[in-house]
Amino acid sequence: MEVELVDVTLTHPNGQRALDRLSLAIRGGERVAIIGPSGAGKTSILRLIGTAIRPTAGTLRLANADPWRLPRAALRRLRSRIGTIHQAPPLPPRQRLVTTVLAGRLGQWPLWRALASLVYPADIAGAEAALARVDLADRLFDRCDRLSGGQLQRVGVARTLYQAPDLLLADEPVSALDPQLATRVVGELNRDAQARGATLIASLHAVDLALGSFPRVIGIRAGAVAFDRPPAGITDAMLTELYASESPRPPTQDEQPLELPETGPRAARQPLCR
Amino acid sequence: MTAIRASLASRDPALLPRLVITVVALLLLWPGLELAEFDPAALFDSRGLATLGSFVGSFLPPDLSPDFLRLVAEATLQTLAMATAGVFLAAVLAFPAALVASRALSISRIGPGRGRWLGEAVRLPVRWLLVVLRSIPEIVWALLFVRAVGLGPAAGVLAIAISYAGMLGKVYFEIFESGDTRPARAILEAGGGRLTAFGYGIFPVALPELASYSVYRWECAVRASVVMGFVGAGGLGQQMDLSMKMLAGGEVATILVVFFLLVLLADLVSAVLRRAVA
Repeated sequence: MEVELVDVTLTHPNGQRALDRLSLAIRGGERVAIIGPSGAGKTSILRLIGTAIRPTAGTLRLANADPWRLPRAALRRLRSRIGTIHQAPPLPPRQRLVTTVLAGRLGQWPLWRALASLVYPADIAGAEAALARVDLADRLFDRCDRLSGGQLQRVGVARTLYQAPDLLLADEPVSALDPQLATRVVGELNRDAQARGATLIASLHAVDLALGSFPRVIGIRAGAVAFDRPPAGITDAMLTELYASESPRPPTQDEQPLELPETGPRAARQPLCR
Repeated sequence: MTAIRASLASRDPALLPRLVITVVALLLLWPGLELAEFDPAALFDSRGLATLGSFVGSFLPPDLSPDFLRLVAEATLQTLAMATAGVFLAAVLAFPAALVASRALSISRIGPGRGRWLGEAVRLPVRWLLVVLRSIPEIVWALLFVRAVGLGPAAGVLAIAISYAGMLGKVYFEIFESGDTRPARAILEAGGGRLTAFGYGIFPVALPELASYSVYRWECAVRASVVMGFVGAGGLGQQMDLSMKMLAGGEVATILVVFFLLVLLADLVSAVLRRAVA
């Protein structure tokens, strides 16, 4: 799905300006990472693209149409093609994983199927397969409140994988995972998007993960684009400047310096650039 | 100068608001007691005490004769049936109303998008309807239905159904909105509908509260159906009315014991339900 933001400004109801005349164009099937210090507007951009909030000014175009001008039924159909992975997964604690994952397709299922699935899960095999991709297949019939924060975050990923959307939005999808698992889950998202030709836009806290896994990286600072290029074209100076307000050096997965040694386990696991 | 500032800073800033609230509450309460002709002295003057004393004294021993017990058992069953049927009907009416009235399930509020004012225009009348339903006391509904469908429990069932639909509907939609609404919102944002967002997003969050509040309302309905018995809606209340008019203290005592047992039962059911859905 193509995504285009033209001069988008977003002002929160409390008067705080989150995005300032931001323009972006992302082609269908592209995989993009968004990085930047906290409070820079990464979440706002994803929520705008996910049609969860409306721009104060400027236009958003999804699949070459302004979603806010679509009739209600068309907007719902469009939303069913957008899958969002939230940083804090919005999952009911008493729900079983199988139901939580199947909820990913509620926008695509007819009402009778959705309601019948509350009585008996409609697609147990499908839910199990989605959970297997994040290493949680054995917890299929467990309740969400029996899981740790990191496991819950992976359930959120599994739900969106099961939805199989044309536009995958991930808001810090691995913030609660350890580096190995984080790398695997981000890899799984990339493979999924690539295999289906879906667009993937992920905001990430760890710079090394963004540079190592995505062909295009957008740096956001104070609600505006600081840089937008392939990882090979991003210099240490650009990164240091991007995070200048927050810390002396850019954040990485286990707070190791970004300048990696030529040898050693970290270099092998996490190439800085592709 | 610095000393003054220090002493100012160490005073609790909440002091003044708390004082004002206390004074205002007292000023509001006093005329309330006056208006209600609340006079504790009347309770303790010799004549009142004597009447009360002889009536309460006649409570012992409770009337446990088989004939009366059979009568009470029948009335108890009638009361339970009236309360249960009434609350069930009320829930059937309240549920769809709460679904419509709840802002947590509004698709048009996301953004906000198209039809936002239409949504609000539908929600408000439903909320008002719920207010109207519960603003009229169940006893008034009972008097109305006793005239419409005649003496007996049917009038009580209808009265409970109508007034409790208002209360349940209001509390249901408040429960829907007060819990974590992000799961439902996430489903709406992924193209889900209202009903599915409710079933997958709100119901699992709200279930324990819904269950325990509904059982609590059932307990209230048992008590309400007693009061409605006094106006001829059948059940334990009607029996109590008869016993009191005949100044049969023993019978009244027996019925009061049954009330106590019923409330205990409601407590038990509530606890079991809460554990089952926790």
